[in-house]
Amino acid sequence: MRDRNPSFIRIRLQNLSIKITFECKLPSGATGMEKTKFREVITPQQSFFDLKLKELWNYRDLIMLFVKRDFVAQYKQTLLGPLWFVLQPILTAIMFYLIFGRIASIPTQGIHPFLFYFSGLTLWGYFSDVFTKCSNTFAGNAALFGKVYFPRMAVPMSIVISGLYKWWIQSMVLIAAIIGLYVLGVERTNVHWTLVLIPVYIFILAFLGLGLGILFSSLTTKYRDLSFLLTFGVQLLMYGTPIIYPLSFTSGLMRKVLEWNPLTGILENFRYAVFSVGSFDFGGLMYSFVFTLIALTVGILVFYRVEKSFMDTV
Amino acid sequence: MERIKVEHIYKQYRLGQVGTGSLIQDVNRWWHNVRGKEDPTLKITEANDPVAHDNSGFIWALKDISFSVNHGEVLGIIGRNGAGKSSLLKILSKVTSPTKGQIMLNGRVASLLEVGTGFHPELTGRENIFLNGAILGMTKREITYKFDEIVAFSGVEKYIDTPVKRYSSGMYVRLAFAVAAHLEPEILIVDEVLAVGDVDFQKKCMGKMKDVARHGRTVIFVSHNMEAVKNLCTRAILMEHGTIVSEGLPSDVIETYLMSRNQLDWGKEYSEHEAPGNAYTRLKSIELIPIREDGKPIISVKSTLEIKISFWNYVEDLVANLSLHLYAATGECVFNVITQLPPPTIGIGLHHARCVIPKELLNTGVFYVSFMLVQDTAKPLFNFEEVLTFEVEEEREITNWHGKFPGFVRPNIDFKLQA
Repeated sequence: MRDRNPSFIRIRLQNLSIKITFECKLPSGATGMEKTKFREVITPQQSFFDLKLKELWNYRDLIMLFVKRDFVAQYKQTLLGPLWFVLQPILTAIMFYLIFGRIASIPTQGIHPFLFYFSGLTLWGYFSDVFTKCSNTFAGNAALFGKVYFPRMAVPMSIVISGLYKWWIQSMVLIAAIIGLYVLGVERTNVHWTLVLIPVYIFILAFLGLGLGILFSSLTTKYRDLSFLLTFGVQLLMYGTPIIYPLSFTSGLMRKVLEWNPLTGILENFRYAVFSVGSFDFGGLMYSFVFTLIALTVGILVFYRVEKSFMDTV
Repeated sequence: MERIKVEHIYKQYRLGQVGTGSLIQDVNRWWHNVRGKEDPTLKITEANDPVAHDNSGFIWALKDISFSVNHGEVLGIIGRNGAGKSSLLKILSKVTSPTKGQIMLNGRVASLLEVGTGFHPELTGRENIFLNGAILGMTKREITYKFDEIVAFSGVEKYIDTPVKRYSSGMYVRLAFAVAAHLEPEILIVDEVLAVGDVDFQKKCMGKMKDVARHGRTVIFVSHNMEAVKNLCTRAILMEHGTIVSEGLPSDVIETYLMSRNQLDWGKEYSEHEAPGNAYTRLKSIELIPIREDGKPIISVKSTLEIKISFWNYVEDLVANLSLHLYAATGECVFNVITQLPPPTIGIGLHHARCVIPKELLNTGVFYVSFMLVQDTAKPLFNFEEVLTFEVEEEREITNWHGKFPGFVRPNIDFKLQA
């Protein structure tokens, strides 16, 4: 062992199906031999928990260029350009206002219905955007992935970041709407100090979308059916999340279902922070956090697994 | 100094079982397994490539590949289609992983399996330079630093702020290659990208590649263009059926390669069930007969070559043409001829065709023949690829010079010095 490869000492712990490879480099002087040192080794199996974060960091320029590409490409040759980022949720909120507020008369916790729907939609838009786009990582980039190597995680990361930009722009509109309605005297909004927790909510939302997205992305490389299920599932999930109605509006089975939904806690706490309605739900927040952590871990493990072999199965 | 060390690399592809593509099928398979029945989806796909495979539905695209490449070397990899060259490149460039074995690399790797990977049609030339550069592994700073050089090399200065979807295909390729050419990795992996662009641009590319090697970087180059391999590479590897069969100086390895394709005799005959072809047509036989005044069976520049083709046609009342391509060993097409127009209508059954290549047309060297059966002068029914290979030998009046005439053809053209 020492003679063959003095610059590496490998200890392989083989426990059930989990393989961990430790590699420690000795200083070359210590071995007393000068031999070519290789900076990188390609092997069939990769250590299980290697997230390659450093490599991803080295490709940060690529991630930002992907973000830019998504923005530029999406709105080239459109008349209104990036205005669509805000027009979409505004129009949807108005539609909800007419259908659910006026016709169905679903209460909105005393918040002006437009603000209620719009605030919910910005969060939902971010989550569903990240989720659906990430779930297309492998299928949508097969041609690219087949020709060149870069950390595959760069694609979902760029989706999270470009979604964040979009959410940020939409939040500006929300703030403008709150101030506007305040000045007009229509609605007095009292923000709550938990406003400072909003970055945490957004963080959880983004990584929940990412975790579920990459998990589905990995699964759809094998089961194409899932992509159809996903489109339908996301639509359904929107109605199973308190966006067009508050949690307090529901009862019985519906309430139970909503409490299992990891998005519920985020939505409710967000509205509490912005509008001071309802209550601060610490348990719900923790549940969302733990759920996200699990989804992300499973997603990443499966993603890195599939990443290595996926080109052979498409 | 060793830059790349490949040790016992194997690559296995599974056929049939993987990529069934549907959850229903997997559930179905699981249900059959539970009841102890045979897997209904487990069908072995017969691959029609020459890579050997056993009956378990696995094929070994690469078998025990080991080699190493040093600092400043340009390694050429040659071999027929399906020999495993692309699989090897994919593993080296980390697009897919090996089944067994390991590769050790020393230095940053950039692979060019395609030019313009990740180009977005809506983005401008400028934006695409940055995007493509980053995909190939450059940082934004490096690209900014080399930006002017890249633009100058590509020759599309005027259109740099135009979306690339408005580019001509030539401009597109030039821009894409310009980005790739300015990568400065220690290890560059190139797959046949030189097959694009016009002659001037190709020369520029070749020059750039030589430059890269001169600066102590390592290049791995896969190509069908033997001239390019001879010119560029310092060493070559010949692959066949997933293994390395020859390694050494490019000229020697290329000769081995050409000889291996030249072993085919001057004719082939198939029985109907093993004949190449498809549901429309099958090849019965192809034969090359040299016709000479002295009657000797020699294929030389002074022999008329008669090619006789017999094939089965399975299409009723086929308005048929044969289209014959003659290629030089290096892969360039020398000519393409078709049978008479307007095309005759032929019925189901055995048919024959005859092509005569006049003497004193082809130069010395190895040539191979492919032909297609074409319906209505538009729809190819089957392409019989490389069905015949032959070498034209030298036969000339005494000259004091013994070298090979350049070019693929050496036609008998009236050219006289008035004395």
